[in-house]
Amino acid sequence: MESKDYLKDISEIKDLMNKSSRFISLSGLSGILAGIYALIGAAIAYWLVMEYSQGTLILDGKIYRLVMLDLFLVAALSILTGIFLTTKKAKKHGAKIWDATSKRLVVNFLIPLVVGGLYILIILNQQKYGQTAALMLMFYGLALVNASKYSIGDIRYLGYIQIIIGLICAWFPGYGFWLWILGFGIMHIVYGTWMHFKYDRNQ
Amino acid sequence: MSIINNINKAFDHRIRLGIMSVLMVNEYADFNMLKELLGATDGNLASHTKALEKAAYIKVEKQFIGRKPNTRYSTTKLGRAEFKKHIDALEKLINKQQ
Repeated sequence: MESKDYLKDISEIKDLMNKSSRFISLSGLSGILAGIYALIGAAIAYWLVMEYSQGTLILDGKIYRLVMLDLFLVAALSILTGIFLTTKKAKKHGAKIWDATSKRLVVNFLIPLVVGGLYILIILNQQKYGQTAALMLMFYGLALVNASKYSIGDIRYLGYIQIIIGLICAWFPGYGFWLWILGFGIMHIVYGTWMHFKYDRNQ
Repeated sequence: MSIINNINKAFDHRIRLGIMSVLMVNEYADFNMLKELLGATDGNLASHTKALEKAAYIKVEKQFIGRKPNTRYSTTKLGRAEFKKHIDALEKLINKQQ
């Protein structure tokens, strides 16, 4: 065999390894939009609290429930946008959206995330509120790092950053709101933009 | 000479190389997944997996999912080591000729 054939073999090996183990259709644009939703959601929460609760959140009042609803809407909208844009992108490239690779990605992402979510709900019920933002950031970061094994590598770094911001947030709980904005809002936008230019644009 | 020695005949085919590549990065893969990824026919894939199994480079597990038979493949320790050697040899060969 010529070395050209061997070269082709090697590149085919690489391609197969990527295609079979990693899900590469995640859309960068959905990251940007998730960040924007987070910023809008945070602005609404800020306005609600400032306008109606004189800057302090009463924890079983109406405003608290509205803030929770706001948070829930941000999460739901981000997930729906992610699914929609990723499906669109996968279709464009003729890739399957729901195969063994994407299933593994979702399962491994959800394990730390669901555990974290339940834990946060449990401690909220015990009237421990101070660490909520820190815990959200940390568990989300862990979920990203865990999922990164089954996706392209960059998502791992977003995970590390979220974990670090989460730890800082645990140390300074007073800045929880602003660190939450930094982690979920700004970091998503930075990451999404980076991904968009790195992978989406030149395809 | 030593480079040529490390080129493993058992891997010297597109499909076999493909099977090993997929199994190196996945805990296991089933028949249909391999078929789809490699674009091989049933018979073709079956004969190549059999050859790799005979060399003890891959492990085959047959099981039932519901009522459907399902065949799962995974690499053996020997298979992983031999495949790495093979790839190293290929890379050296290419570098030498360039």
